[in-house]
Amino acid sequence: MNQKEWPLWEVFIRAKQGLNHKHVGSLHAADVTMAIANARDVYTRRLEGISIWVVESKHLHASEPSDQEALFDPAEDKIYRHPTFYNLPIELKHM
Amino acid sequence: MQDSDIRFQYVLHLADNSMILGQRNAEWCSHGPVLEQDIAITNITLDLIGEARSLYAYAAELKGENATEDTIAFTRDVKQYKNALLLEQPNTDWAYTVVRQFFYDAFHFQLLNVLQKRKDERIAEIAHKSLKEVTYHLKWSSEWLIRLGDGTDISREKMQIAINDLWEYTGEFFIPTEIETKAFELGIAADVEKLKPLWLEKVKAIIEQATLTIPSKNFQQNGGKNGLHSEHLGFILAEMQFMQRAYPGVEW
Amino acid sequence: MEINLEESFQKKIDDEIRIEPRDWMPEKYRKTLLRQISQHAHSEIVGMLPEANWITRAPNLRRKVALLAKVQDEAGHGLYLYSAAETLGMTRDELLEELHSGKAKYSSIFNYPTLSWADMGAIGWLVDGAAIMNQVPLCRVSYGPYARAMVRVCKEESFHQRQGYEIMLTLSNGSEEQKAMAQDALNRWWWPSVMMFGPNDDNSPNSAQSMKWKIKRFSNDDLRQKFIDVSVAQAEILGLTIPDNNLKWNEARGHYDFSTIDWIEFNEVIAGNGPCNKQRLKAIVSAWQNGEWVRDAAVAYAEKQAKKTDNKTIAA
Repeated sequence: MNQKEWPLWEVFIRAKQGLNHKHVGSLHAADVTMAIANARDVYTRRLEGISIWVVESKHLHASEPSDQEALFDPAEDKIYRHPTFYNLPIELKHM
Repeated sequence: MQDSDIRFQYVLHLADNSMILGQRNAEWCSHGPVLEQDIAITNITLDLIGEARSLYAYAAELKGENATEDTIAFTRDVKQYKNALLLEQPNTDWAYTVVRQFFYDAFHFQLLNVLQKRKDERIAEIAHKSLKEVTYHLKWSSEWLIRLGDGTDISREKMQIAINDLWEYTGEFFIPTEIETKAFELGIAADVEKLKPLWLEKVKAIIEQATLTIPSKNFQQNGGKNGLHSEHLGFILAEMQFMQRAYPGVEW
Repeated sequence: MEINLEESFQKKIDDEIRIEPRDWMPEKYRKTLLRQISQHAHSEIVGMLPEANWITRAPNLRRKVALLAKVQDEAGHGLYLYSAAETLGMTRDELLEELHSGKAKYSSIFNYPTLSWADMGAIGWLVDGAAIMNQVPLCRVSYGPYARAMVRVCKEESFHQRQGYEIMLTLSNGSEEQKAMAQDALNRWWWPSVMMFGPNDDNSPNSAQSMKWKIKRFSNDDLRQKFIDVSVAQAEILGLTIPDNNLKWNEARGHYDFSTIDWIEFNEVIAGNGPCNKQRLKAIVSAWQNGEWVRDAAVAYAEKQAKKTDNKTIAA
């Protein structure tokens, strides 16, 4: 028999209402229904979540590690984007 | 028969059903067709044994005399076990396992749905909790039934054989025993005859979706719920009870 | 250019920066990791068998569900580790093929038989105890996916050893027969557990490179000594005797001395001559073969459904 391997899926779990889904790992499943069921059985046995996202791994696109400096270093010196950049009088308690 | 004895016997019957199927499913652990499903079926097993434990604990309270979930599960012989015949049938392969699970899930779901509204608070409470689990079991077994029925030629054939073989063990669920009838009169049980159309509706729909057929043969086996079992149960209990029989009366 | 890549790779590791799947890595690092992670995954999977052997015979219902949950966790751990290995360029099926063909190794301890219920206690206490010694440092291993898998494994593993020790404790406080059962299990599992840490450091040729890459963080002998030191006190609480006449506290070293390991036995079991090597592999292969039609059918069904959806989209 000409066997095909079940595709790989990435699993994202929302731990509780109000939090974002977080990547927890991957698994194999033949289709999306099974991927969600498998994610439930594999990754939520200890009350880890209340909602599941799955996406077939081949549909995830990632930035190139070699682009890391070009993509992310330029944000380094833009300190004016952070609230601590601005000097305000101590008397001003809430802002 | 006294009311308390009816209640006790009825709880035992409910517990034995899930215990014996749990024990059977447990045989799959580490032998599943793929890791993800090894984990999935063990989740179902843990739910079933969990439900059985809650019911045995209740039965032990009803019995008194220092009975525990373990004395009840591990020291009764074949004749005293009141599970339906379907649940003691061997795993055989993944097809038999899925079909057996599906037939029971479809019944179990309807049964718990009624029990959670009946008058025995303990049974109702356990049923309410287990219903959530069984809702998932039914989804799992329905999906696998459809997937394998409508999969390859080989899988369709295997599923049809399993359905044909196990069909004769489904009727028993809907023929009330004396205990079930009396427990129903006490207001604590379900009228199992009434569950049949609901069960059949679900079973027909899923089997049809799976491109499989319900056997035309009508004959149905009966007896497990009254303690008249197949030869399989003796071996299940021999294995399950071995430690308690070999070393009676100690803590583990 | 290659040299610069290697240097900056090593610098990252020295600075405790994790390597991620798409980062450049030396081919030998990738291969060594693949072998290490897949061996670990295989050990989890084969390791299910000796314990699954007692699930249907567990002596009470509480023990039965705990054992089931534990063996199930091992399936999960195998799954997490296979996933980590898959980020290095081999699929799970390819990794399993290596296990099934006998090419890949797994931990030799699982080639010993489980003969009594007390073995469930001894495995949890000693085998999981030894495994935890190895695994906790791996939560800081240099390869990101492996480290993350290990964090998850260690979190779940924490109940396993306690479960095993509790079984031993109950037996030790039980009847004479139960105590004897516990002692017998300790006798049989002690040396295989001590051997789990692998060959002596001077016979462990790849260790230095692995330490430099931080895919191994302590030496075999250091971990083994740590394991023996903590086990002595644990055995005392149980009132059981560790089967080693030379086990003695060495004030100068600040450690327990112990007998020389029987490396002949160790090598025989690795070579395939342990009591259960053949049965274990056979069980794993037959589960895989029996599941083939199931996996194929699921693919066939998924393809049919995808086609139906496509047709609908076209019609719309």
